[in-house]
Amino acid sequence: MASGEEFRVLSATAILGYGFPLASFEAGMARKPHLIAVDAGSTDPGPYYLGAGISFTDRDAVKRDLEIMIKAGIANSIPVVIGTAGGSGGEPHLTWCREIIEEIAREQSLRFTMALIHAELDKGFIKEEFKQGRVQPLDPAPPLTLAEIDTTTRIVAQMGLEPFLAALEQKPDVILAGRTYDPICFAALPILRGYDRGLSIHLGKILECASICATPGSGSDCMFGYIGEDYFRVEPLNPIRKCTTLSVAAHTLYEKTNPYILPGPGGYLDLHDCHFDQETDSIVRVSGTRFVPGEVNTVKLEGAKPIGFRTVSIAGARDPVMISKIDAIMRGVEERVADNFSGKLEKYQLRFNIYGRDGVMGNLEPKPDTSLVHELGIIIEAIAETQKQADTICAFARSTMLHYGYDGRRSTAGNLAFPYSPSDFHAGEVYMFSIYHLLQSSDPASLFPIEYLTIGGVK
Amino acid sequence: MKVKLTDITDIIRSKNSGPYELTMDLMFSNFDWYKKVCAAKAINEKVVCGLYKIKREDIINIIEFDPAKAIKVTIKRPICSGDPGETDVYGAQQHAPFLDLELDL
Repeated sequence: MASGEEFRVLSATAILGYGFPLASFEAGMARKPHLIAVDAGSTDPGPYYLGAGISFTDRDAVKRDLEIMIKAGIANSIPVVIGTAGGSGGEPHLTWCREIIEEIAREQSLRFTMALIHAELDKGFIKEEFKQGRVQPLDPAPPLTLAEIDTTTRIVAQMGLEPFLAALEQKPDVILAGRTYDPICFAALPILRGYDRGLSIHLGKILECASICATPGSGSDCMFGYIGEDYFRVEPLNPIRKCTTLSVAAHTLYEKTNPYILPGPGGYLDLHDCHFDQETDSIVRVSGTRFVPGEVNTVKLEGAKPIGFRTVSIAGARDPVMISKIDAIMRGVEERVADNFSGKLEKYQLRFNIYGRDGVMGNLEPKPDTSLVHELGIIIEAIAETQKQADTICAFARSTMLHYGYDGRRSTAGNLAFPYSPSDFHAGEVYMFSIYHLLQSSDPASLFPIEYLTIGGVK
Repeated sequence: MKVKLTDITDIIRSKNSGPYELTMDLMFSNFDWYKKVCAAKAINEKVVCGLYKIKREDIINIIEFDPAKAIKVTIKRPICSGDPGETDVYGAQQHAPFLDLELDL
C-alpha cells in the first residue's frame, strides 16, 4: 500500500450498457480514481444468453458506456477493467465486446494495450474433471451426468483473483474478461497494491451494482469507492443520491443466500464483525469484513443446453363464463391438440400461462382464485424440436381455444381477444441451465488463458 | 398485539440468489420492530411454509441481519430460472405473499 493513501475506484454503472449520467462520471473522474471498472454480466436474465452466445444488453448502449470509460481511462492513464463481457462471459460474448472496443479505438483514433481473459471451458476437459470427481453440484442444483455435459452448448467458469493479478502485472490499459466473480474487477487492483483482500472484495460486491446501494437507488448511475488500511468508504456521485448505513448494509445482502457468509472463488467473506458507519450524510464507512480462504480451491461452472424452439401467442379473455371455465377449457384444448397430431407430432410441450390467476407466482401462489377477476391474460406457449413444429402446435392450440365450445357458452363468435396481428411470435431457440456446479482446481489461473493485444492504431 | 408486516418494514423484496434459489429481504423501519420480530421469532419456518405452500426442506435459511435491520428468507426455487414452466426469470415478484402477512407480537 502506497504511503497510507486511499485506493480510489470509479464504478460506472450496474451493468455495462445500463448507462450513466455524464455528470456523475465526470464527478468520479474529478476524484482521480486509480481504477475505472464495470461488471457486465449476470445469470439473472436466464439461460438463453449463455446458451445462444448473445448479450442481454444492447450493442449501441454498451458502446456508448465503453466509449466514455475508455477515452477517460486512456486520457488519464487509468486502467479500465470489464468483468463478464457480453453478459455471460463465454467466447462469443468476449468477441462481441472486443469488436465493440476495436470499433471505438478506430473511430476515436485510440491506441492502447488490452488483456483479454478467456473463461469458456472445453467440454472434453469438464468431462475428464467430472470423471475424476472434481465437479460437484452447487446445492440445490441437481447432480451432473456425462450426457448432460454432452448436450450443453457452452460452459463458462467464474474466474477469481488469479487471472486478474497476472493480467494487471503487465499493466494493460484495458482488461476485458470473460465470466468473472462480480466483485473481482473492482477488487483485483487494490489487492495487488497491498490493500486488504476482504475489504477490497466487499467493496467490489457493493460497487458491482453501482448506485443500487444508494438511496434512491439506481442501476444506471456511477458510484465511487475508497479503500484505506482497515476500512472502505462508498460515495454516490450524483447529488440526488445518498449512501446510508441502511442502504449499504441492505445491498450487502442483495441477491445472496446468507448476508454473513459471501462465498466466492478462493474463499468467502465473513461479515459477522462488519460495521457500517455514517461518515457524512452521503458517505458510508465499512470495516471489519474478513476474507477466509477456502480449504480447497474451486471455481463455479455455468452451462446452458438447448431444448427446442418456442412459439407464443398472447390473448385475453373478458367473458365471465369463459373465465370461470378456464381450467376445463385449457384441458380440452390440450386434448384436442394431442389428438390432432397423434402419431405425427408428439414431442412437444404446450403450456398456458394465465396472467390474472397464478401467472406470476405459479405453484408458489398462496391465493389461487379467479372469483374477483374480470379478465385474464392468456399466453399460449409451445416448445418443440423445430420452430416450424412449435409454430404448428401454437397455431393449432390458439385456433382451438378461440373457437372452443364450453358449457354455458354464449359468445359463439370467439373466446379470445388478440392484441396483435400476427398473433403468434417466434421466440426462437430455448435453453435451460444445465450446469451450475463447482470445479475443484489446484491451479485456477490455468483455466483462464490471457491474451495481450494492441488495439487500434493509425486511423 | 397484531401488526401488519407492511406497517413495520420499509422494504419487502425478492430476487434470485443464483438460478436455483429465491431470496426474500424484509427490512424493518426501525430497530425496535426488528428486535421485537426477531425476539418473537415471528418470521419462522411454519409461517414461510404457509405463505408459499412449500415444505420445510425447501427453506434454505431464515437469517436475521442486524446491520440492515433485516430478516432474509431463502427458499429453493420450485423451477430453475428459465426452465419451461418458469414464471419469473429474475424472481423479482415472489415477495408478494409477505405483503399480506400479519404478525402476532
